[in-house]
Amino acid sequence: MKVPIRWLKDYVDFDLSLEALVNRLALAGLEVSGIKHWGVPAPEGLRLGTEDPYPVWDKDKIIIGLVTKVDKHPDADRLKLPTVEYGLGRSITMVTGAPNLAVGDTGQKIILALSGSVLFDGHATPKVLKELKPGKIRGITSDGMVCSGFELGISEDHDGIIILDDDAPVGMPLVDYFGDSIIELDILPNKARCLSMIGVAREVAAMTGGKLKSFEHKPNSFGPAITGKVNVVIQDTSACHRYTASLIENIKVAPSPAFLKRRLHQAGMRPINNIVDITNYVMLEQGQPLHAFDYDVLCSRAKGKTPEIVIRFATKGEKIKTLDGLDREISAETLVIADALGPIAIAGLMGGAETEVTESTSRVMLESANFDFLAIRKAMKSMALPSEAATRFSKGIHPDQVIGGANRALQLMQEFAHGLPAEGRIDCYPFPKPLQVIDFSLAEAKRILGIAIPIEECTKLLTSLEFKVEKVSNEMLRVTAPTHRLDIQVGVADLLEDIARLYGYDKFPETSLSEQLPPVLIDPELDFERKIKDTLVHLGLQETIAYSLTSPEAEAAFLESSKPAYVTLLNPISSERTVMRQSMMASIVSLTQANLKHTECVKLFEVGKVYQKVSGQTLPVEPYKLAIAICGPRNKPFWVEDSSGKNNLNFFDLKGIVEGLASGVHLEKVSFQPGNHPALHPGKSATLLIRDKVAGMFGVLHPKLASTLGLDNHEIIAAEFDLLTLASGLPVRYLSKPVSRFPAALRDIAVVVDQSITGQTVTAEIQAAGGNVLKVARLFDIYQGDRVPAGTKSLAFALSYQADDRTLNDKEVDKLHKKIEDRLKHVLKAQIRGKEV
Amino acid sequence: MSELDSLKNRALDQLGACSDESSLRNWNSQYFGKNGEMLAALKKVSELPPESRKEYGQQANIVKEQLSASYETALKNCLEQAMLKSLETEKLDISLPGMVPPAGKLHLATQTLRDIQSTFAEMGFQVFRSREIEDDEFNFVLLNMPPHHPARDMWDTFHTTDPGLILRTHTSPGQIHVMRKFHPAPIRVILPGMCYRYEAITTRSEIMFHQVEGLVVGTNVSMTDLIGTITAFTRKMFGDSRQVRIRSSYFPFTEPSIEVDMDCIVCGGKGCPLCKKTGWLEIMGAGMVHPEVMKNGGYDPAKYSGFAFGMGPERIAMLRHAIEDIREFWGNDLRFLSQF
Repeated sequence: MKVPIRWLKDYVDFDLSLEALVNRLALAGLEVSGIKHWGVPAPEGLRLGTEDPYPVWDKDKIIIGLVTKVDKHPDADRLKLPTVEYGLGRSITMVTGAPNLAVGDTGQKIILALSGSVLFDGHATPKVLKELKPGKIRGITSDGMVCSGFELGISEDHDGIIILDDDAPVGMPLVDYFGDSIIELDILPNKARCLSMIGVAREVAAMTGGKLKSFEHKPNSFGPAITGKVNVVIQDTSACHRYTASLIENIKVAPSPAFLKRRLHQAGMRPINNIVDITNYVMLEQGQPLHAFDYDVLCSRAKGKTPEIVIRFATKGEKIKTLDGLDREISAETLVIADALGPIAIAGLMGGAETEVTESTSRVMLESANFDFLAIRKAMKSMALPSEAATRFSKGIHPDQVIGGANRALQLMQEFAHGLPAEGRIDCYPFPKPLQVIDFSLAEAKRILGIAIPIEECTKLLTSLEFKVEKVSNEMLRVTAPTHRLDIQVGVADLLEDIARLYGYDKFPETSLSEQLPPVLIDPELDFERKIKDTLVHLGLQETIAYSLTSPEAEAAFLESSKPAYVTLLNPISSERTVMRQSMMASIVSLTQANLKHTECVKLFEVGKVYQKVSGQTLPVEPYKLAIAICGPRNKPFWVEDSSGKNNLNFFDLKGIVEGLASGVHLEKVSFQPGNHPALHPGKSATLLIRDKVAGMFGVLHPKLASTLGLDNHEIIAAEFDLLTLASGLPVRYLSKPVSRFPAALRDIAVVVDQSITGQTVTAEIQAAGGNVLKVARLFDIYQGDRVPAGTKSLAFALSYQADDRTLNDKEVDKLHKKIEDRLKHVLKAQIRGKEV
Repeated sequence: MSELDSLKNRALDQLGACSDESSLRNWNSQYFGKNGEMLAALKKVSELPPESRKEYGQQANIVKEQLSASYETALKNCLEQAMLKSLETEKLDISLPGMVPPAGKLHLATQTLRDIQSTFAEMGFQVFRSREIEDDEFNFVLLNMPPHHPARDMWDTFHTTDPGLILRTHTSPGQIHVMRKFHPAPIRVILPGMCYRYEAITTRSEIMFHQVEGLVVGTNVSMTDLIGTITAFTRKMFGDSRQVRIRSSYFPFTEPSIEVDMDCIVCGGKGCPLCKKTGWLEIMGAGMVHPEVMKNGGYDPAKYSGFAFGMGPERIAMLRHAIEDIREFWGNDLRFLSQF
């Protein structure tokens, strides 16, 4: 909502600087999102919206002038020499090319800029400010200029100079005549009443203690009564609460007076003609949209009968050509204004072309009606036809507003279009809206607001917003809402809001909660998630958060074909984000790939949700998953050591992360099996089991998939685990182990076994033979090659023997070591490699 | 000179000639090794006639002790010399870059969420999480926005192909979930989580963002408590001299509704580009829970009251770290994430 300050001051006097006004409005819930200045300097410290330079109109140099004569330029056909008087007997002749000033013209009020004025250069794009200098144009001295809106910085119009109304005072500085600031307000849904100058003026009055000026205007004379000239039938009273029709005859359609056009322009509307402009002006002033029909067209459509206006829903397939010249099919849930021949307007949205006011119109039927906000919202949506009127209707207007709006329009049409209104109006208002009366208890106010605002203060604040307040007791007020307020619902909550904001939140003290603490809320998953994240960060991984919206194509290769149904967006913003993701591995691989473009070593994880529809259930499930991906060299190249041997991260790095995570959060019953996941290398992937339940998979990205993704040069190792399954491995408590105080004996052992025997099997056998005294059996080398028989491999372990109760002697260690060797030989058919190892 | 004396003299001469650790060690193994001369000399005692054995044995042990002590002293001196020498020669160019151990970080959004959570935890707020895919009922209707309510325009919504199923536009549906779960007990929770809006992705707007909603319900909860709570939060997060400004606002699920600003953390209220010259930064929306919403949660609004507030962790992080582009958050570029 654009509000020119001068226009606002038509309805309320206030003595606030622009800066203070903007601040007060913001505190009261009317945020100013932008400001445009017309020739006035921007106040210090307030540069909202207008960072761009604009001309500031010099009082002494930009002045209202009167054209006394216009002579021909002796040497140029298209140039003219107007002589302009500008007060105190001063006059000046200059050269102009303005098309709307003709040789021989006299009497126009124009805007004169004298040399030294700073204006936009009329010939430069983009706009540049330029000082006007005296000069000669084709031999004639020109020390001034008649101005266009473009040069003044108030419109984009180059083509003609501004012609002011006849009553413009000659010699007055332009900045005094219509210099202004236009503030743009963001109107919240509960302040729809402020989609009008008067609505804003009411707020300013209440805020400043200023008085609202009367804005009720009526025509001062009437012609013959409207009776019998038009009939109105509301067919659907739930969609149209009230419909009034007035008639005005004898009008002359012409351009609007300059002030009216200017105000429409300031408020962001385009002037059309005096009748249409007046309907728009009244809408901007009062918030009540109006529509003018050519009454003679209505009569001719009625073919001699009395025109009958019917407000009804469109029937299937009905069409209308609207004011904008488009043929539109009207959807069935759209309310129309119709006569015997069919729709003449789409209610609240746009009028029809056939009945619109034209230059030849002499009689107008003026509609001032109240449509249900829901009906208009639906129509706006289905017809895709937003308009200033529809916006206002769709946010709700009180039905009492129709009368003031109609009266004001008739008065203006009388004044500016020579019209003679017919006496009376047709007013169809089947179910008048009852007054909203609320019993307001001070105790209740104290309970919600936390402070006791005295009863006199409450009364004063409510009265300032035009509530009627009656004192029932020292504790209770009976409050009647004014008939321009639709937002006041049953109960005190809405009144409290008005009281609190007018009282001023800055006067509210800060208190600490004294309410008792609630019962403890336990969310084990949240705690687990926190631990998982912390552990992975300690293990050197970076947390990421990917979009949870993706496309089925992007993650197809990462999912089993039997995946659950997708949660699919009805209105995606792009083809890349059409569904809610099901694979976190897909999104983390994609993030890894993106980072590999600039970072050598990428180690990422994400804890997030996937989304799966469940058949027979309305709501999808949203399980939490953990995804990990790593890629690149294990160590950063560093200047100290030789970094030539770039060892890349491999399967075992990720397995190590998983093991580190498992031990970091103390998971129990963790085991691994060879994996099978469509996105992973079949021989280089594993399944993670927790208490024998599959928690997820990890491994090297399948070479085929990697190649499809353009990752031939990178080996990404990725994982996805189900968080809840991981959490199932959490013990209720985990036990500590005593630390032995006796020295450990270290021995190595190297065994050659068949290639099919897993490392885990060998370790298990060593551990089984070593018993309690064998504290550590750490694999430190694997060898396959010429030095061992074909089909075998050598595994070397570092063993640490340590008793809890004594120092082991060599003999004991030898015996135990031998036992392990024997067991490996016997059970795994292993060969023990040279003792010297 | 006895054999032992000559052994001793020879050994000491040789020891004196040792100039470094390795020659000392060689000396040691020459005399004290498995087949060393000193051990050989000691063993010789068995070859002597019984009457000489005692004296020889004593003499040999004395020689052994002397040689051994001399060796220890020489070794100690040698090591000390070596160390002193190394202190002079081993000089690092300490200006060379250090080796930073590879570290991981939490995502900035997670860090900010944790800061917010711990700040509220100190005021007794617990965390309650709820679903992201909601139905229209929970996202709008139960929050006092029946179908076609004008306030619905405040949220551009992602709809799904299942009628009525949407991506939550705010964490507020959690208010209903938590109230229905705990009524009539008092409530003091924050509801963090991901929300979605159907918007163009720009430097200032995202289709996906976190929100942290707060909800307090009880028989003794008021607007001044709300103002006190969010002021305490703001000072804890942004510094204890922060000024808070309350503006009237509108949300369908709170009444009265307010918007909370704090004085600009860059200019302190004088006006700068961050605060768009207003001196104030908007940090959250809040209000007293609307009586209809209380009812929908199972609490009698005549007896219970409550307040709610909501803020955007990403926006808070942007303010704290001067981040210009919200798209950095889900871009997940390591060069961005590793800074925090």
